[in-house]
Amino acid sequence: MRKYIDLFTNGILKENPLLVIMIGLCSSLAVTTNIANGIGMGVAMTFVLLMSEVIISLFRSLIPNSIRIPVFIIIIAAFTTIVDLVMKAYTPALSKAMGVFIPLIVVNCIIMGRVEAFSYKKTVADSVADSLGMGLGYTWVLCAISIIREFLGAGKFFGFKIVPDGYQIGFFSQPPGGFFVFALLISAVLAINKAIEKKGGKK
Amino acid sequence: MNDLLKIFLSAMLIDNVVLIRFIALCPFIGMSADVKKSVGMSGAVLFVTVLATATTWPMYMYVLKPMHLEFLQILTFILVIASLVQLVEFYLKKSAPALYGAMGVYLTLITTNCAILAVTFDVIAKGYGFAESLTYAVGVASGFTLSLVLLAGIRERIKIAPVPPFLKGTPILFVAAALLSMSFGGFAGMIK
Repeated sequence: MRKYIDLFTNGILKENPLLVIMIGLCSSLAVTTNIANGIGMGVAMTFVLLMSEVIISLFRSLIPNSIRIPVFIIIIAAFTTIVDLVMKAYTPALSKAMGVFIPLIVVNCIIMGRVEAFSYKKTVADSVADSLGMGLGYTWVLCAISIIREFLGAGKFFGFKIVPDGYQIGFFSQPPGGFFVFALLISAVLAINKAIEKKGGKK
Repeated sequence: MNDLLKIFLSAMLIDNVVLIRFIALCPFIGMSADVKKSVGMSGAVLFVTVLATATTWPMYMYVLKPMHLEFLQILTFILVIASLVQLVEFYLKKSAPALYGAMGVYLTLITTNCAILAVTFDVIAKGYGFAESLTYAVGVASGFTLSLVLLAGIRERIKIAPVPPFLKGTPILFVAAALLSMSFGGFAGMIK
């Protein structure tokens, strides 16, 4: 049990896909102008990651090594199509707001990276723990970025107006604000990870 | 002609893939360590983007659409791009070893470059014709080149600049990208 908890928490901070490994950045900055988009993208991504990791680790002994990459791509693309169609049907507004970024889940390096480095070699249970941890790690960063950007840029929290008109900082809802908030978040997580390491060293 | 120029300029500057639309950030951060590498990568991206658009556009219009298979768009496009990259790699290795040496390493990385897939999806969503699509592809790839080379130049300066300790490493790159992005924001409204 301990092992699964370790695998699960690994993705949240220590090996956070966005802030530490720095893969799968594109979608995280583009859609995070409000919280609903951030959560939607996080859930879509976690679903594709979970399903692809489970399927690939189930069939890992059947997939020949030499054609594994095309096989992975087909599996990932199939689940992305499912997410795309489901979102188009049930949450059309969200699907429209994210536009091309839903199909782009296919080429999100997080999924390809985890599938290749992890679930192709590990058991199904390991893969489930890993994908949920990575998915959650991705989602919390998205939420954090979008909370900051929505609050400072539009003066809103979850769509409710908090800051009166005229006191918003438009910079944060523009593209440069995305880069800037992300830079500060990386800096914070690097500092936290360093602090944790120091503490571990003293023990 | 005027329209094509408009499409090209707006794809390259106003809607710059990297700095305004946040597409293809991974190579933007990973490949910009020195100018030479970034030029090699950009060349490969330009080549594959144009080729991929020239293949997927007719495929969507003449195969998927008449047969009502639009829901297979994601699957077919990514497969076409992946196999195209493989083919190009084989071809270059065999017949143009010098060129292969220059951009071979980047070709393998390109399948997962979001810019290419994004372009092929964009041209369908925007309802462009064939010539417009190709122009758009070239524009996006030039925009990618521009931003990548700019960042690579900035990175060489950052190496000798006094950076605040809490921003050392990657955070300063994103701050630089934010400033670049802000300056590209100045192009907005250039074309109506």
